[in-house]
Amino acid sequence: MVRVVERDVAARHQPAGPPRRRHTQRVPVALSLPAVAGMAFLVLPLAGLVVRAPWATLWQRLTEPGALTALRLSLQTATVATVLCLVLGVPLAWLLARVEFPGRRVVRALVTVPLVLPPVVGGVALLLVFGRKGLLGAWLDATFGVTLPFTTTGVVVAEAFVAMPFLVIAVEGALRGADTRFEEAAATLGAGRWTTFTHVTLPLVAPGIAAGGVLCWARALGEFGATITFAGNYPGITQTMPLAVYQTMEGGDLSGAVVLSLILLAVSVTILAALRDKWITQG
Amino acid sequence: MGRRFVRTALAGLAAVALAGLVGCGGGNDTSGGSAPGAGGGGTGVTGTVTVFAAASLTESFTQIGREFEAANPGSAVRFNFAGSSALATQINQGAPADVFASAAPTNMKTVTDAGNGDGAATTFVKNQLVIAVPRGNPKGVQALADLTGPGMKVALCAEQVPCGAAAKKALATANVSLTPVTLEQDVKAALAKVRLGEVDAALVYRTDARAASPDVHGVEFPESSGAINDYPIVVLRSAANKAGARAFVAYVLSDRGRAVLTAAGFQAR
Repeated sequence: MVRVVERDVAARHQPAGPPRRRHTQRVPVALSLPAVAGMAFLVLPLAGLVVRAPWATLWQRLTEPGALTALRLSLQTATVATVLCLVLGVPLAWLLARVEFPGRRVVRALVTVPLVLPPVVGGVALLLVFGRKGLLGAWLDATFGVTLPFTTTGVVVAEAFVAMPFLVIAVEGALRGADTRFEEAAATLGAGRWTTFTHVTLPLVAPGIAAGGVLCWARALGEFGATITFAGNYPGITQTMPLAVYQTMEGGDLSGAVVLSLILLAVSVTILAALRDKWITQG
Repeated sequence: MGRRFVRTALAGLAAVALAGLVGCGGGNDTSGGSAPGAGGGGTGVTGTVTVFAAASLTESFTQIGREFEAANPGSAVRFNFAGSSALATQINQGAPADVFASAAPTNMKTVTDAGNGDGAATTFVKNQLVIAVPRGNPKGVQALADLTGPGMKVALCAEQVPCGAAAKKALATANVSLTPVTLEQDVKAALAKVRLGEVDAALVYRTDARAASPDVHGVEFPESSGAINDYPIVVLRSAANKAGARAFVAYVLSDRGRAVLTAAGFQAR
């Protein structure tokens, strides 16, 4: 039934093209068994959250001021962090993809290190640079009286540090995959590098930027280790949802932690499903 | 034919491995064998003893663990140090542990109320709060009231963990209301913020301040006597190495164990 409908749609979309390759061959058990096991391994823990949720008191717990404050802070900081990543990360990706310079491989490896670095290590590193006694932080404090730890700005910095590599990788990949002939054509027609970048390159890789931005936002939303290490934990100022989940769990309130986790899960899945598929299929 | 067999076998292996992985979750059959015929005396115990202990016990229990291993050849003590409440939650969720040492009776009660203690818990030491300040006490902190001054950055433990509950009590006793810049998840994290110079002061246990000396100085304050924490210890019902667990608890309660704890700044009971 479903398959028939799919074939109908496919036929309607490609009336003149060659017949679409059919994927209805028998799947070898050597692939399907581990595939299903892998899926179960990734999805079961999420199902566990749903099963253990205290549905009877869910609404009341959802609307508790503490939960809403943490959620709002999370959404705000993740969004600002994503904007920061776009402003800094897209040019960085462009540099890595389009400009030959000595040590490019090393730079590319370095900027993606936060992907694999334990976030707590990232937090420690941020403290050593931007902390009150840090390399830049001491100067910031002495000159402007600005300190980043224990501030909402500090949360944004921690999230951006951990999330930016996701954006850079996605955009760099899109740039490398894009056809450079359009850029060359624009240059031949007299467009400067900046005009070429804004009028040709950016529209060309827009889907890649959007996909990277969504990934970056989702990663920032889930950031925990660097945030608690660098920015601290205070409700309304630095306590994001992941921190609130951890603290609730620490207090022995398992069902409270489950409720907060569910909210975060619902928000992430909604955004990832709605945006990522859209942009990635287009790209 | 042969290749197909290999593929199927590989798939089967992957499935079995995954099932094994999942099975470990609630297991209590993982750690080493318990010693046959070993009493609670502290000799002749072998195998691994897994101890879940409050973060504030890190230094003293690490030393006690080393001495216990030396006194019991063939034994190994493995520690999981964290906030007491997190440990209590982990234990009640089936984490494989043999001994639980908590920094407060409430977290111990969470475990024993759930039926996870093997008998009643024993209080083994008490601990008291001090104001931890960086070396040289740059802001000249002498009392709790000094923490409320303008520009003072103070770290407290979150109320959900024992050092935070004790801090709240002490502040209430002193009638001092202060807004911390951060609520840390365990006492070591609060102390780390002092060590790094990110905060001007933190309320931590005397033992932790002492362990962080000379980077950190502990300022005693009278109101801390109204917020003393009792530390209970218990053998867990699901202990895989019950003989080892009993021997370890006996060692903590022994004269030698008490000596280590008192040297760290705990008050023995």
